[in-house]
Amino acid sequence: MARLGMVIDTAKCVGCSDCVVACKAENGVPAGFFRDWLTESLRGRFPTPHLELRSERCNHCDDPPCVTCCPTGASHVHPWGGVILVDHDACVGCKACIASCPYNARFLHPEGYADKCTFCIHRVEKGQDPACVSVCPTRCMYFGDLDDPESEVSKLLASRRSHVLLPEAGTGPRVIYLTA
Amino acid sequence: MNALSRRRFLGISAATLAAAGLAPALTGRRTAQASPPPAPDAGKLETIPTFCDVCFWKCGAIATVRDGQLWKIEGNPADPLCRGRLCPRGTGGVGAHFDEDRLQRPLLRANVRGEDTWNVVSWDEALGYTAEKMKAIAQKYGPESMALISHGLGGTFLKHLMKAYGTPNLAAPSFAQCRGPRDVGFRLTFGDDPGSPERTDIANARCLVLIGSHLGENMHNTQVQEFAEAIENDCHVIVVDPRFSTAASKAKHYLPIRPGTDLALLLAWINVLITEKLYDAEYLAQHAVGFEQLAAYVAPFTPEWAYPETGISAAVIRETARVMGRAKPATLVHPGRHAVWYGDDAQRSRAVAILNALLGSWGRKGGFYVPAQMDLPGYPYPPYPHGERGKVDNPDKKYPFAHDTISTGIRSAALTGKPYPIKGLMTYATNLIYALPNEAETIEAFKQLDLLAVVEVAPSETAGWADVVLPESTYLERYDELNVELFRDPFIALRQPVVASPQEQKPNWWIARELGLRLGLEKFFPWPDIETYLQTRLEKGGYSLEALKKSGIIVGPKPPIYFEEGAPAEFNTPSGKIELWSSALQKYSDEHGNPAGFEPAPRYTPPEPNPPGSYRLLCGRAPTHTFSRTQSNPLLSDVMPENALWLNAGEARRLGLNTGDRVCLRNQDDVLSEPITVRATERIRPDCVFMVHGFGHQAKGLRRALRKGASDSRLQTRYKTDPLMGGTALNMNFVRIEPVSSI
Repeated sequence: MARLGMVIDTAKCVGCSDCVVACKAENGVPAGFFRDWLTESLRGRFPTPHLELRSERCNHCDDPPCVTCCPTGASHVHPWGGVILVDHDACVGCKACIASCPYNARFLHPEGYADKCTFCIHRVEKGQDPACVSVCPTRCMYFGDLDDPESEVSKLLASRRSHVLLPEAGTGPRVIYLTA
Repeated sequence: MNALSRRRFLGISAATLAAAGLAPALTGRRTAQASPPPAPDAGKLETIPTFCDVCFWKCGAIATVRDGQLWKIEGNPADPLCRGRLCPRGTGGVGAHFDEDRLQRPLLRANVRGEDTWNVVSWDEALGYTAEKMKAIAQKYGPESMALISHGLGGTFLKHLMKAYGTPNLAAPSFAQCRGPRDVGFRLTFGDDPGSPERTDIANARCLVLIGSHLGENMHNTQVQEFAEAIENDCHVIVVDPRFSTAASKAKHYLPIRPGTDLALLLAWINVLITEKLYDAEYLAQHAVGFEQLAAYVAPFTPEWAYPETGISAAVIRETARVMGRAKPATLVHPGRHAVWYGDDAQRSRAVAILNALLGSWGRKGGFYVPAQMDLPGYPYPPYPHGERGKVDNPDKKYPFAHDTISTGIRSAALTGKPYPIKGLMTYATNLIYALPNEAETIEAFKQLDLLAVVEVAPSETAGWADVVLPESTYLERYDELNVELFRDPFIALRQPVVASPQEQKPNWWIARELGLRLGLEKFFPWPDIETYLQTRLEKGGYSLEALKKSGIIVGPKPPIYFEEGAPAEFNTPSGKIELWSSALQKYSDEHGNPAGFEPAPRYTPPEPNPPGSYRLLCGRAPTHTFSRTQSNPLLSDVMPENALWLNAGEARRLGLNTGDRVCLRNQDDVLSEPITVRATERIRPDCVFMVHGFGHQAKGLRRALRKGASDSRLQTRYKTDPLMGGTALNMNFVRIEPVSSI
């Protein structure tokens, strides 16, 4: 089974939010809710601060607490690529998954189910990239099989320094950031 | 059992079971039973190519319609501008179609101007009213007393209407309020300007110098894409900006310059290039004149001289100049775009041009390429009438190097009646209350008019002052003029309707034609509809509208684009060469007693100091909005609903302010801003504050944008006019930070 993941090159990202707008349009995410978002991570003092801009979303973790804690099985690991998905009909909107996610990636959709990034599985199954990756004007986002050493994502990770968010949470995040 | 009641049922049972300690029994369910969420691409899909209009870049796009409803819009891979990827504004462009606050029906003013109260009328009534007023103005004052201020390609047919009616007074704020000074500075040097889209070869630059230009926030698509490529190619990026912009975070050198001193830095760089012989001697010998005069002139402007002005150390000035010299001719000192800063902007832009000339980057790979355009004749109209009076904006050529119409000059004529009165004004796709500095002057000018007609998509502040509002279809709902772009790869692109307008909105070409017919200008509108017009134009070039409807774009053969490839090295200056020492400025100075500002090489004037307790107000762009026209777009406003006040973190501590606090700004003329949220940050100097332009709307029809953030335009009551070309410099305003008043 493939292990789908996303690699984002923060050296190229300009934080334009095209990924956010594209996700909202593609998936019809309701106003006021977001499946992905931009984070500005700044350290140091003017005039020599260090800035990292990151496009963030569900990390589709290897060991997903949102799936473990789901009382109905609505939150599940999709057999194709290990993508973490929510069965809208099976979800009771109990918010356990929302509370369990260390990345604050989930929200309660106004229609009553937990919602979040799907890695655009409807596109990926057709051989397309997720919407956010496909629109990125800087081409700083990459998507593929982290278990395939020949994939573009694996090669990038082998050649560049990288980090994940909240490694201490121990969830095995699969959205990985390349640094300059 | 429907889905909702089933969820409720399970919700109750899960909670009950969890309370009873039985929940683990349910968690045994795993992947086998669960279904993925419904796919958003289920349904009947149709794709239609067109091109974007959220900004002036005009990227090729493909819209997808799902079950007859607009779904999304993506870049057209065949388009050389966007290479298959739109910017966030383009991606969010679908929001404009769905905006429930957009203008729906023609409106006639119900009461006094500016009260924003309306009678909904038929198109026939609105057009009849407009035409009658235009006839009356022509009769009483002459047709030249009517003006059009427009923005973008969509203004083509209204410009045609105005020329046919008999007025030469057609302007766009993109000249005197934006890139005009830059274009004048480059024309005086190279005989040509950087163009739009700019002829910058960013992708191939080995050193890229950005002066105030904040690519990445400023989302000109091709440039941002190439900027990312340049970063990937390890281009040496040098950023000069009082604010640590996104681009600064990608730079190898960030120069936190004191606001208003850019010209001092540029002169010092020129000094180092010449003193250390880092210039392209062979290129200059072949193409340039005036080197000796320039060298003598800049001799005193050493890095040591520039340091106390700019705050940039002499060592850093030398080091960066050497980087530029080493990478030449693939060193691109970016010309910028929004160049109206301090009132000597044409001369500052000339210094940028001179620097590029010394580096040999004009016409070279990694510098400025030579653009090309497809050969497509215009529509064969009869000749336009020529009245006795010339343009109203620049009497006695007060601004001798203005090569385009000065929109603020039209405003002056409306205000003063001189050199002759402007009594009618039509605006198209530009919100003059935001686009021109000093709102009070603009409103006073509106009050002098017999007619203010506004053609717009959104109920802007300017629409609020109109006598008649003509609601336009969005770009997703209309045909438009062809885009025959001057670019690296020449092409012709078609804008065509993707969906129908939801209410009674009409395209600009229809509005222009209907007005033309009512004004007795039938002979200028021989085409019955836009498709006939487009087909006629395309056939003259040997193309077909039907084919273009399917592809959206025709890309022509790419000619040589660099001098070294055989692109023509032609300079439309008096000498026919690159003018390091401007003969046009020398001649003007000689004939006019050496007026200040017209020196043949740029002269630096120190900026005035901040008044005590004040910050210089700087403004710029965000990647998710265009000017003041997208804040009502539901998709884009969701991502960025308001702007913030960037304030140096140390200053914020000193003032006892934290990120998230709400404050007001009061400028030197006692104008108070709307409340704005503080963003205390290490990303800006302590002597200035910054906000993104276009927020703080007060038009009551813009419910989503109403009073969200503050308007830089409202605080820009003071402006300095560029003596060369009439540009209105905006960074002349100072603000104090005050608590939000209790009103």
